[in-house]
Amino acid sequence: MPDYSWPPEDKRTLIGKRITRVDSPLKVSGQAQYTYDVHRPGMLYGKILRCPYAAAKIVSIDTSAAEKMPGVKAVHVIQGPNTTIHWSGDEVVAVAAVDEATAEDAIRAIKVEYRKLPHLVSDAEPPKGAAEEQGPLSVDDIDDMLDNQVPSQQMVKQIQDYGMTEKADERGLRMLKSDGASDAVLDAVRAATVHTDVAAKPHSNYQKAAAVTVGDPDKAFSEAEVVSEGLYGTPVITHCCLESHGSTSEWTDDQHLFVHMSTQNVSGIAGQMAEKIKLPATNIRLHQDHIGGGFGSKFGPDRWGIATAEISKKAGGKPVRIMLERDAELKVAGARPSAYARVKVGAKKDGTLVAWQSDSWGTGGPGGGGSPPIPYVINIPNQRKQHTGIRNNIGPARAWRAPNHPQAAVITMCALDDLAAKLNLDPLEFFLKNIELARPRHEIYREEFGIASDLMGWKQKWHPRGQGGSGNTARGMGLSMHTWGGRGHSSHCDLTIHPDGSVELKMGTQDLGTGTRTCILIVAADTLGIPMNAINLQIGDTMYPPDGGSGGSTTIGGVSSSTRRAAVDARDGLFAKVAPALGAQPDQLECANGTVRVKGDSSKSLSWKEACSKLGAVPLTVRGNNPDPSKPPDLTNSGVGGVQMAEVEVDTDTGIVKVKKMVAVQDCGLVIDLKTAESQCLGALIMGISYALFEEKVMDPTTGRMLNADMQFYRLAGLSDIPELVVHMMTGKGYDERGVIGLGEPPVISPGAAISNAVANAIGVRVPFLPLTPDRVLSALQQKAGA
Amino acid sequence: MRDDDPIHDDVPEKTEERSGVSRRGFLKIAGVSVAVPLVARPEMVWAAGEQVPVHGPGKVPMEFTINGKKYKANLEPRVTLLDALRDQFDLTGAKRVCDRAECGACTVLMDNKTVYACSLLAIEAQGKQITTVESLMQGEKLHPVQQAFVENDASQCGFCTPGFVIACKAMIDKHPNPSPEDIRHGLAGNLCRCGTYDGIKKAIAQVGQKGA
Ligand code: FES
Ligand code: FES
Repeated sequence: MPDYSWPPEDKRTLIGKRITRVDSPLKVSGQAQYTYDVHRPGMLYGKILRCPYAAAKIVSIDTSAAEKMPGVKAVHVIQGPNTTIHWSGDEVVAVAAVDEATAEDAIRAIKVEYRKLPHLVSDAEPPKGAAEEQGPLSVDDIDDMLDNQVPSQQMVKQIQDYGMTEKADERGLRMLKSDGASDAVLDAVRAATVHTDVAAKPHSNYQKAAAVTVGDPDKAFSEAEVVSEGLYGTPVITHCCLESHGSTSEWTDDQHLFVHMSTQNVSGIAGQMAEKIKLPATNIRLHQDHIGGGFGSKFGPDRWGIATAEISKKAGGKPVRIMLERDAELKVAGARPSAYARVKVGAKKDGTLVAWQSDSWGTGGPGGGGSPPIPYVINIPNQRKQHTGIRNNIGPARAWRAPNHPQAAVITMCALDDLAAKLNLDPLEFFLKNIELARPRHEIYREEFGIASDLMGWKQKWHPRGQGGSGNTARGMGLSMHTWGGRGHSSHCDLTIHPDGSVELKMGTQDLGTGTRTCILIVAADTLGIPMNAINLQIGDTMYPPDGGSGGSTTIGGVSSSTRRAAVDARDGLFAKVAPALGAQPDQLECANGTVRVKGDSSKSLSWKEACSKLGAVPLTVRGNNPDPSKPPDLTNSGVGGVQMAEVEVDTDTGIVKVKKMVAVQDCGLVIDLKTAESQCLGALIMGISYALFEEKVMDPTTGRMLNADMQFYRLAGLSDIPELVVHMMTGKGYDERGVIGLGEPPVISPGAAISNAVANAIGVRVPFLPLTPDRVLSALQQKAGA
Repeated sequence: MRDDDPIHDDVPEKTEERSGVSRRGFLKIAGVSVAVPLVARPEMVWAAGEQVPVHGPGKVPMEFTINGKKYKANLEPRVTLLDALRDQFDLTGAKRVCDRAECGACTVLMDNKTVYACSLLAIEAQGKQITTVESLMQGEKLHPVQQAFVENDASQCGFCTPGFVIACKAMIDKHPNPSPEDIRHGLAGNLCRCGTYDGIKKAIAQVGQKGA
């Protein structure tokens, strides 16, 4: 059996080193092609008419004037009369025209009559008594969830938790399938407990989840010597990918569709489009070279992606491009659910944590949002928790880097930091005192806190809360910790060695800017002993072996594992052909420095090209897979720990917060490329500073619309907001042998909590909610002065 | 609003340096343009006490100098420079992100000054030297700013990168040894979502030392 395991450190030529990203030259020179850059011959431009109301019924649509306009090639009703609209900006009609301006003119010529319905866009604390337990679901409820783009796992969980009001018949199941229900959802419906005795309840906007109790919280609180209570939370924020969502679709004949789409899920889109456009997935080709950001919001074709394919058909198959405008991108293309909580937490005088109680709520739009895993990382022995999801009309939620974790980190780490302050303890000592509660990774956290503390200069800089300086500037320090899974997803690749020595590797994956291309090449080149640029890597197409969607930090573990297995098999296949020429057995050979040679005998060596010529006429192709239990060991793993520290300066006159320094110490098992791994962490810190200080999707309660759907008022951090950033990756013994684990999510979890804690340490009072805007800081200061 | 907010502090000043007319400025004068000599003979009307030509709303022949080359197209006067570059001339390095002067992804040079191509009408860019990111490489060789971006991993998804590269080049040309203030000011009009600012800072420090 060939040895697929990762090479030991002294045998790695590229893996784990600091390797420059391979596609950077294309990106810096403007040559990298994104979906938005694709310009197909004869391409038409599509625009979408959007509903201005947060809740409305469509009464009538008149497209006749638009259809008659010169230059308009097709008009397509996306949601027709009698449809209920659940958020403002939802898609109603699409138009395809010879240029964008004509399409815009046509959109303006369409008349839609709506009947307005009452809406809710607030995610304020649920009024007392308003929350209801969710009852069993009807098929219509599930259809509603599909319509509202509730994520599949969330639907499955609800179906499992609450059951159904009736047994779904085949017709019902077919309807759900054609409306886009995943197989997992259909299976859940089939397997659901049926409660015929309970009629489906009328829906409240406030859905209470079952309360959770662990241990004996009442007893633990009565025995606690210090109890701290507080309010914490994070608002809804958007993804704001710089390349907006969208696609260009064309029918190459009446049975074949060619799609360019900005997606995190190259191999998974055709299957999601097939049912809706009534075409087998085999007949849908999708291609994407580069993607300008996804962050969890680009896994499906979306209503507009389906509409693009449909309107192209109406326009005789001509290519049609529909990319979302910035305001639409911010309104409808994804938001991170909010989460708020009233927390009570108790400890012994020495800091030993004993009890947690939380009443949390939040919204993810029509689906209600997920409930954050609190208390986060620190598993306090006695707990009582209750969560209420608010279903409202802000638009659908999507996974946003590390779904639910940043919210959980803010609620937990800020509550614990307040408790530490009440105990007059340095939070670093307090967390270390309770570190055993962070099992099973407590030893990793302990080591990481030590390193972070040194890199930050925590011991010299930390001061008790509120003693952050005199005059109008206050300095403060804060910390947080986090975890994530990150096991590699299903991945397949074909690696071919040609008799002329050229090598190609094909995989239906995508590179989100995380360095996926670079890492695949590092693994293949390290294994084959040839330079990275000797391998022609092709990704981003449904013509290549399928690969999982890039979400949940699953890509690196998947692509590195399948590549390693393919490269080892290809190498061994080559050894078998070359061995006779070198007068040796295949297992005596090795690949290194562009040669194939006998181990320990440098006189017996062939150049890579000579060696490959021994293949004869036919190239050698092998398939690499992940997972692949037939080719052990498991090369990927799950479960990482990271800690972060922040230092801030607060202007107490203006309320402006400046981050002065951040430190991130992160583990992710075996690092493939240290350089791009560090960039992931740096980027996450920056994104974290952005959501900690600036970002919030602001909804207008009166009109139900998003008030800041542009990049002036939906503010992202700029270069001058970014301080000194220090990243330390945990590598070497104890880390490398765990295998490859994903890194996209973990480092973005802690910045909000660490920065909020630093601000509390600086000004002596908690600013309850992110973002830590000047008005919020000032009002916290005023309350402190008034208290 | 923060005192160092790039949008409020820097852009108006930057706009003044920009020799074109912003889209909003253009809208204010309701499709009337006085600045540019034109190929087609426009209709003349009296406005604000003088005779001014009116172009459009139909297509007007236009001519541009982009990266030293001549380009011609028939465009409606409402077409922006960005859309002309991307959709007419297949120069897609400059990106369309906010399409309203908020993010810098569309940054190009006009007579060596940075402009937001999304907020400048193509018709106003005639007779000017337009430079886009596509022109910075010399054959196979990257411009020093580009090379420094590569070495310091200053791009992730890369969608903001062409805009940053152009803005950095313009800033370095003006301030070969930029102060933190020069950097802050020169790049205040560009945004990145992936968080590449740390790499960009290091890239600038590297070019600043070596000289571009
Ligand atoms: S696209 Fe021009 S500034 Fe954003
Ligand atoms: S690199 Fe992705 S937006 Fe800047």
